[in-house]
Amino acid sequence: MNLTKFKKDYLRNWQLYLLLIIPIAFCIIFSYIPMLGIQIAFKKFDIVEGIWGSPWVGMANFQRFFSAPNFWQLIRNTILIALYGLIAGFPVPILLALVLNSFPKERYKKVVQTVSYMPHFISTVVIVGILMQMFNPRTGALGNLYNLITGTYMQDLFAKPNAFPHLYVWSGIWQSMGWNSIIYLAALSGVDPELHEAAEVDGASRVQRVWHIDLPTILPTATILLIMSAGSIMSIGFEKVYLMQNSLNISRSEVISTYVYKVGLTIGSGDFSFATAIGLFNSIINLIILVIVNQTTKKLSETSLF
Amino acid sequence: MSSSSIKIKYCTADKVYYTISGILLTLVLIAVAYPIIFVVSASFSSGSAVSSGKVLLWPVGFNLDGYKAIFRKDDIWLSYLNTIKYTLVGTLFNLFVCMCGAYPLSRRELKGRGPLMFLFAFTMYFGGGMIPTYLLINQLRLINTFWVMVLPGALSVYNMIVMRTFIQSNIPNELYEASSMDGCSHITFLVRIVLPLSKAVIAVVALFSAVGHWNTYFNAMLYLNDRTRMPLQIILREILIMNQIDVTSISDPELAVMLANTADVLKYSLIVVATVPILCIYPFAQKYFAKGVMIGSIKG
Repeated sequence: MNLTKFKKDYLRNWQLYLLLIIPIAFCIIFSYIPMLGIQIAFKKFDIVEGIWGSPWVGMANFQRFFSAPNFWQLIRNTILIALYGLIAGFPVPILLALVLNSFPKERYKKVVQTVSYMPHFISTVVIVGILMQMFNPRTGALGNLYNLITGTYMQDLFAKPNAFPHLYVWSGIWQSMGWNSIIYLAALSGVDPELHEAAEVDGASRVQRVWHIDLPTILPTATILLIMSAGSIMSIGFEKVYLMQNSLNISRSEVISTYVYKVGLTIGSGDFSFATAIGLFNSIINLIILVIVNQTTKKLSETSLF
Repeated sequence: MSSSSIKIKYCTADKVYYTISGILLTLVLIAVAYPIIFVVSASFSSGSAVSSGKVLLWPVGFNLDGYKAIFRKDDIWLSYLNTIKYTLVGTLFNLFVCMCGAYPLSRRELKGRGPLMFLFAFTMYFGGGMIPTYLLINQLRLINTFWVMVLPGALSVYNMIVMRTFIQSNIPNELYEASSMDGCSHITFLVRIVLPLSKAVIAVVALFSAVGHWNTYFNAMLYLNDRTRMPLQIILREILIMNQIDVTSISDPELAVMLANTADVLKYSLIVVATVPILCIYPFAQKYFAKGVMIGSIKG
């Protein structure tokens, strides 16, 4: 009885399963098979023996990483850049969305929106290129302005290790604030206008209405986004850090992911097992932070990702 | 009397608020627009004006030397062509794979929807990492092929969920029931009904993946070493960031002199040439942004 029902169901819907084979195949090949490859973090990888044939070495690769001289520097740089980015970058789009939403002049609002989305579409290479050009002490626009105002040449910020986190974080905010505000604006457009009208009748000022009506509306959205960004706190963009690095600022700009790349894939090193171990350490910390933040916000606000 | 004074007080409070927000928005506008305007202006300026720092807002000594220099560098054009190919094929592939997953996952008849969603969503938070992926690509003999730029990223779980959520909430179940009464199969329903009704979300996903393909350099850096296959971003990185404009390799002496004079202008022109195509799609897709971002945020 059950079997015939199952058969009937299958005969009617087999095409669904047929379609699904394609994405499942891609998912397994390019996501899950590499996960099997993680085992080389616990092995001494040998190209001839391959992933499965290489000898086990237990936690040796991890121990080597923990006792490496640059271990704490890597951790500190990674966490510093990520936390700074989160703390400085998270409130900006919320603020922008609140201000945009309550601004009375529609056309000016549209102009600001359209312009502020634009940097989101510029590639990381070009962003870093623009940044280097703009901050060039002699030919860049900001270098020139600095020269015009103070009469002296600006220091080369790319050569100053301490300037690296600021350059990284604020160029990121420049690039993404407009785009990240879209989601809050969309949430704000769902506010019932009657709420605002009622508050106005009761004599609430615009600021009070923003604070008591608009802000609570976007709080759940903000919570979800906060969890998601906290979950990727250790996986700061490899691409941009790598592009902004140079031998002068490396003491503050070397993060775990760029180190993995250098240890694993640049010519002359190629220590696959060691690099995989570092990468695995990074993703596990990520996963742990994601779960902790998720559980915490679940308790505090009943909003959670899973 | 007292009520009117309260009213006036609130009006001034609002006025202050609007003035401050107006100033804030103007600052945002300047902060975002100024670097963009500067880059465009510098690309049309003379080499000497740029290198002596005379360009502040508008072009100084208007000319097209930077663009002329780019036109004569073959490796830039080759990489440009490569990027166009990768973007076109890659985006089509993305859309195809995405649709193949999104439609079935939106149907209630599908058994095991929950576990399947977990199988996909898990990969958004955990992965094998750089080295195991590299070893796999190497084993699949994809290194230095056209397809290495298309296949590994063919499935974007995020885009698939965006599309699935759109289909689920915009295409009523009755539509499928009615069609299946008339003998319509799932694939026919997908092609004839779902696709035409999902134009908005297809536009969003196509935009997201086209931008991704156009802007990526990391995969190319890892998996390609043949110069003739390099995408634009790799060449951009060499010129903009590593400062490698190889003057000695240019046999045309006139061009070599021109390049030496216009190194900075060339950089700015290159930024413009590399970014304009992607910004051209932008006005067409802009009306879908809010929708696309919003659908993606719905968890499920």
